[in-house]
Amino acid sequence: MSLRSTVHAEIAAVAAEQEKRMPPITDGLVMLETEFDSLCFALLVARMEDLTGADPFSEMEADDLPVTVGDLVALYDRAAARKAA
Amino acid sequence: MILRETLSRAGGLDGLFLSDLREKRDLAGIVFGETDASVSQELAGKRVLLAVGGQMAAARAMLALDGLVARLALVPPGLAPEHVARIAADSEAEIVVCDAEGLPEGDLPGLPRIDIEAAAKASAETGRETEWALATSGTTGAPKLVAHTLDGLAGGINTSAAPEPGTVWSTFYDIRRYGGLQVFLRAMLAPASLVLSDRHEPVRDYLIRAGERQVTHILGTPSHWRLALMSNALTKLAPRYVRLSGEIADQTVLDLLRAAFPEARMAHAYASTEGGVGFTVEDGREGFPASLIGARSGIEIAVRDDALYVRSGRTGRRYLGSAPEPLMAEDGFVDTGDLVERRGERFHFLGRRSGVINVGGAKVQPEEVEAVVNLHASVSMSRVRARPNPILGAVVEAEVVLRAGTDAADPAALKKAIIAHCRPRLSGHKVPASVRFVDDLPLTSGGKLVRRMP
Repeated sequence: MSLRSTVHAEIAAVAAEQEKRMPPITDGLVMLETEFDSLCFALLVARMEDLTGADPFSEMEADDLPVTVGDLVALYDRAAARKAA
Repeated sequence: MILRETLSRAGGLDGLFLSDLREKRDLAGIVFGETDASVSQELAGKRVLLAVGGQMAAARAMLALDGLVARLALVPPGLAPEHVARIAADSEAEIVVCDAEGLPEGDLPGLPRIDIEAAAKASAETGRETEWALATSGTTGAPKLVAHTLDGLAGGINTSAAPEPGTVWSTFYDIRRYGGLQVFLRAMLAPASLVLSDRHEPVRDYLIRAGERQVTHILGTPSHWRLALMSNALTKLAPRYVRLSGEIADQTVLDLLRAAFPEARMAHAYASTEGGVGFTVEDGREGFPASLIGARSGIEIAVRDDALYVRSGRTGRRYLGSAPEPLMAEDGFVDTGDLVERRGERFHFLGRRSGVINVGGAKVQPEEVEAVVNLHASVSMSRVRARPNPILGAVVEAEVVLRAGTDAADPAALKKAIIAHCRPRLSGHKVPASVRFVDDLPLTSGGKLVRRMP
């Protein structure tokens, strides 16, 4: 599974477990404008760390802060590239 | 010190305001508004429970009742009805100031009610010292009530300095919680304008509103800030002073805030409902300088058995309730329960001695979660701990020892099943975010789980 589909799938899974209604998950979706709250976000980040071994949030710079789902995918992409390097 | 008296003496209220998401009121109008002697008489010297929905109502009531009533017990929003009842009992409330949102019809039967609109017209003729009662952020069961004096609550605030012109305070917190009350008092004692948040308001909308009101001084927990940092509405805000409290501020969040607001003064405060405001760190680095240990004006900080102790006039006076445990030791020190470790010339926070996990400001007692995890048929025993998390500071993680003979051929599915088992039995932030299987768990010589981090 690509990193993008993993991120999308995990967002959908966390939202479903937390009983949040989400619009279709696309790269352009602004996460904080949905019901995806800080607990959902925290759970998503923990799961992504379990799945990928990366926690880009703990070594992030201000320009990296994700606003959209696409930003988040890019953040994990860069973390994966750093790990591979 | 009495709030309304201090404000009316201060003068210069022209142009100052109090606003929430519904309305904006002139501070002068609240302080010098219409009074009603009969309401004042009804409330004078009484132990009062304040149970209103919004923060504007709470702010108006605090200004009207401080100096008039014997005790003012603040009910934070969103409490379960039985916890509101517990606060009413522990504070020995004789009367409740409320609105329909804060106290539904039929709740607390037998306790006389005064509507907030009437109570806001109360005013002290000659001031008396009101005892303030604040709820701790509850772990399991009911929150505890801590008694404070207004002077103690305001003890960490420099009231002699004139506020910088144009100061507008705001906080993500509710002003009926210790951290939020600090901001309310900072604004009122300055005096300065104040923008109130609302717990139902999305972060983005609050940031936009705070920006429109030209907020200059703003407080949040590290978790509030982490969330705000991910909103594109953060650029609406141009604060001169950014403050963090309520959780451990790590270097990442401090660096991100510094980058977002390069011009702002930034401070992380160490404070709690019981311990009051301990100290404020302004060098932008996590932890605090070892030089803060010892006595300074009005406060003494000590480290005993790796935990932080505070003695000052700003700590709570005592717990309220029918059988309260002592809040401070005989020597006057309050045990904060926060573990610290010295690394060079700096102390760093390690978490709570009790193992209590702080999930974005909401406390989780590990034993409560373990009891639920242990109900699962495959679980022999468990230990619940904080797992560091960049969004909420920590999330809950369960280490699980499986029962002998458990079929763990598919560990991922079993972990999922244990988490799914917890979900209907615990509120969201208490459900383990992850499960780890371990062979055994360390016990103390007394047979208790070792909870301290290695």
